[in-house]
Amino acid sequence: MGLDPVIELTELSIGFTGRDGQDVPVLRDVSLAVRPGESLGIVGESGSGKSTVALAAMGFLKHGLRRLTGQVRFDGRDMFALSRQDREAIRGGQLGLIPQNSGQALTPTMRIGAQLCEALRLHCNLAQSQCLPRAEALLAQVRLPDPGAIMQRYPHQLSGGQQQRVAIAMALAGEPRALLLDEPTTGLDVTTQAHILALLRDLAVERNMAMVFVSHDLGVIAHSCQRVAVMYAGEVVLDGPAQEVLKRPAHPYPRALLSAIPRLCDARLPRALDGRPPAPGQGGAGCAFADRCAMVQTGCRQVHPDLTRAPGGQTVRCLRADEVVALTPHAADRPALRHGPSGDVALHLRDVAICYHRPGLAARLLGRDTPPPATVDGISLEVRAGQTLGLVGESGSGKSTILKAVAGLMPPLAGEISARGAVLPTQVRRRRPDTLRKIQMIFQNPDESLNPRQTIEQILAQPLRLYFGLEGVQLRERAAELLETVRLGAHMLDRLPGQLSGGEKQRVAVARAFAAEPDIVLCDEVTSALDVSVQAAVLDLLDDLKRSKHTTYVFVSHDLAVVRALADQVAVLYQGRLCEAGPVEQVYSGPSHPYTALLLNAVLEPVTGHAPHLEAEDVVELSPPASGCPFQRRCPRKLGRICDTESPPEQMGADGHSIRCHIPRAEL
Amino acid sequence: MSDAAISSRVRPGRLRRAGAVLSDVMRRPSGAIGLTLVLLHLAVALLSPWLAPYDYKIMLSDEILVPPSADHWLGTDALGRDVLSRVLLGGRQALLVCGIATPLAILWGGLLGIYLGLRGGWVDDVVMRLVDAVLSLPGILPLMIVVVMFSGGNVVLILTLAVLFGIPVIRVLRAATHGVVARDFVLAARARGHSRANIMWRELLPNVFDVLMVEGAMRLSWMLLSFSALSFLGYGVAPPTPDWGQDVSEARVYMSLAPWGVLGPMIALSSLIVGVNLTADALAKALGLDRAQKAVV
Repeated sequence: MGLDPVIELTELSIGFTGRDGQDVPVLRDVSLAVRPGESLGIVGESGSGKSTVALAAMGFLKHGLRRLTGQVRFDGRDMFALSRQDREAIRGGQLGLIPQNSGQALTPTMRIGAQLCEALRLHCNLAQSQCLPRAEALLAQVRLPDPGAIMQRYPHQLSGGQQQRVAIAMALAGEPRALLLDEPTTGLDVTTQAHILALLRDLAVERNMAMVFVSHDLGVIAHSCQRVAVMYAGEVVLDGPAQEVLKRPAHPYPRALLSAIPRLCDARLPRALDGRPPAPGQGGAGCAFADRCAMVQTGCRQVHPDLTRAPGGQTVRCLRADEVVALTPHAADRPALRHGPSGDVALHLRDVAICYHRPGLAARLLGRDTPPPATVDGISLEVRAGQTLGLVGESGSGKSTILKAVAGLMPPLAGEISARGAVLPTQVRRRRPDTLRKIQMIFQNPDESLNPRQTIEQILAQPLRLYFGLEGVQLRERAAELLETVRLGAHMLDRLPGQLSGGEKQRVAVARAFAAEPDIVLCDEVTSALDVSVQAAVLDLLDDLKRSKHTTYVFVSHDLAVVRALADQVAVLYQGRLCEAGPVEQVYSGPSHPYTALLLNAVLEPVTGHAPHLEAEDVVELSPPASGCPFQRRCPRKLGRICDTESPPEQMGADGHSIRCHIPRAEL
Repeated sequence: MSDAAISSRVRPGRLRRAGAVLSDVMRRPSGAIGLTLVLLHLAVALLSPWLAPYDYKIMLSDEILVPPSADHWLGTDALGRDVLSRVLLGGRQALLVCGIATPLAILWGGLLGIYLGLRGGWVDDVVMRLVDAVLSLPGILPLMIVVVMFSGGNVVLILTLAVLFGIPVIRVLRAATHGVVARDFVLAARARGHSRANIMWRELLPNVFDVLMVEGAMRLSWMLLSFSALSFLGYGVAPPTPDWGQDVSEARVYMSLAPWGVLGPMIALSSLIVGVNLTADALAKALGLDRAQKAVV
């Protein structure tokens, strides 16, 4: 392309001064360029330096960091040489930033309209009277329905997707030439994510903007970027056209990352990438990836590879790039699929309904209380011993609430839950120790679920002491054994959770659940806080434990591909109601409930050239409808009045595959 | 697995952390000054019987209200007693009583606060309204009533101070516990079916311990002030035992004539309180609690 780059980083190195006075680089020789209309994706694991690159592109460094060498140019101007005022004029004006959590970037006490007007006055010198119509026009451009009403709202009255759109509108206020997007859709539901990315793509074309996407999600990058730069330990290890990088990467690291991603089209477990990247200043003389590389040779540990040209327009830092490109596509080296043998019914939910609403005393006495529809209603499910039931749905679909009911933390309003034929008391305090032992739970974020002030031994000691009365040396030995089971060493017993990496912490959480020798393990989004490479390792561990201990899992996830890799049975939930349930192959292959179809369609796989087909608008529902199908308001295939008034019938197919929809099964 | 790793029964974590916090406190100017003042006061209190140049009881009838001189560095009081000797000895009662009452106060107040934070429900409501009611009284009033009713004795004083000063601790620790109770590791412990005592002791206490320590240091300084106020009002230490509060009260009458009688004990008392406050401040900063603490107190 003949155009001059909008953002250009040349041999940029950023670092801090270490204890011994030496410079420790966090970024090393990063050279990147983005031209108008082009979008560049920066991917890498957490700690790879991708966010530091994005901030440096704005001429901003985190506290304690220093620019060691190199330059950052925006429109040909050296960002670090500019005066503070000039730099600030560029930021937010010609160079917009869209942060990960825009809900927190918006001022909670100002109406959306006022916040937009503020941005307009600052960057466009518009008079007050011109601001309002312009702000409304911006909201319309980001495809928010009824912009006039949105202007009057406060940020907390908007959904996550709407907040993200407002953040985009605000970034557009300064007529930017380039946008930096830091994990712009992480934390959003799949359908919302697809809509936001489609919007960004269109805006880039309309306005000829350059965009830099920073993301850990290769699926997002595949659908929004023409070029991809892969970062590892502060270096760009691969830079090239998206379709080449995603199909035939010339570096073993992105290759390993791609195999670590669970795929919708592939029911096998993803392959884990072991180890972790070297900490800043820790790498040896050779290639930073050498310790984790499957193709490592002695030469790799001695020579630091320079950026070289590789086939398909890629630039790569690898001595064996030509061999890597020539390898067969990554999917071939995945472990084979397995299904748990099915035994008796381990867990049975019958017509479970859960309601968070508790009428107040006055309302109860006056009899004035009309309870809203239950949060979760009519859930009947069963899982056989040794199998995994996946619960999928968007946020607010009641998946976690159902897990809490099974764990006895959220007593259901109606229905019953039984384990191995015995009805479970609804409250944890009423359950017998042996019943408690048999049902264990693993949580989403190990930073939250492990006590930061307990050593790993003390954490594992809690269930061991409670259920088995172990003490002293016996307890310590058993704790060490458990760490071995989750592939960690006994040397970690005296560490605190803060001294472990994210993946190690989640393994400790898994070890704690298995310390009780449970029959049923409830997994609540256990991999969504982890990097893909670590996620694959945890999934592999869970699968191993399931087979060796014959454990039953209830696996909650918003990620359909993860569920596909681990589950035998799947239930799809919308607004706390079942839409579809059945064996995993049947649910994923169809016929499907319109909602399942919508979800499957919105999943972004790390493959270029496949655009998700967007049907319904990403409206947000706050409470389930009082009657009829729960999905009536968003359904792209709504039949008519019958969907609003009558609950859809359960249509049974082969192998217990059930769909609740008014549309006949043959037409779905 | 290595046997060495399993058999080592050392728990290096806690001691090392305590050492790290202490050195962090000492590295801050406020901590270094504060801790030095506190240690100085402790040393003086311990050694004063040997340090004091005169017997605190002896009244020199020909040296009444003598200004500071080489013989009497801080002069003498209206009864001809050496002010320096009385100042050196005057903090012993206060430090003894408050030094015992403060741990008692944070122990019961802290445990009740953690319990209420975990328990919630109507028990929490009822106890907290009672706490509000007691806290709405000026603190010195119930203290005076009890001390007058049970007429003196250090034991009564210690228990009264411990009870009264434990009440604000309930509120602070309940709030600190609320921040922890909602986290997943507490939920996990509840799901496993642990008893409340286990959850309080193993899951909650380690996470609010820092708050408890800082709270203890702050309560100590308030308690020292209250103790001196009681003595000033004549309900504390019985004469002729030297005590700063009481001595200020006695010397107050002659303030225009002989200001040294008031200044000596006052500087002693305020330097101790400033020392305790500075230490508490540095401790809160070293533990990363300074912001949270300001919001609660």
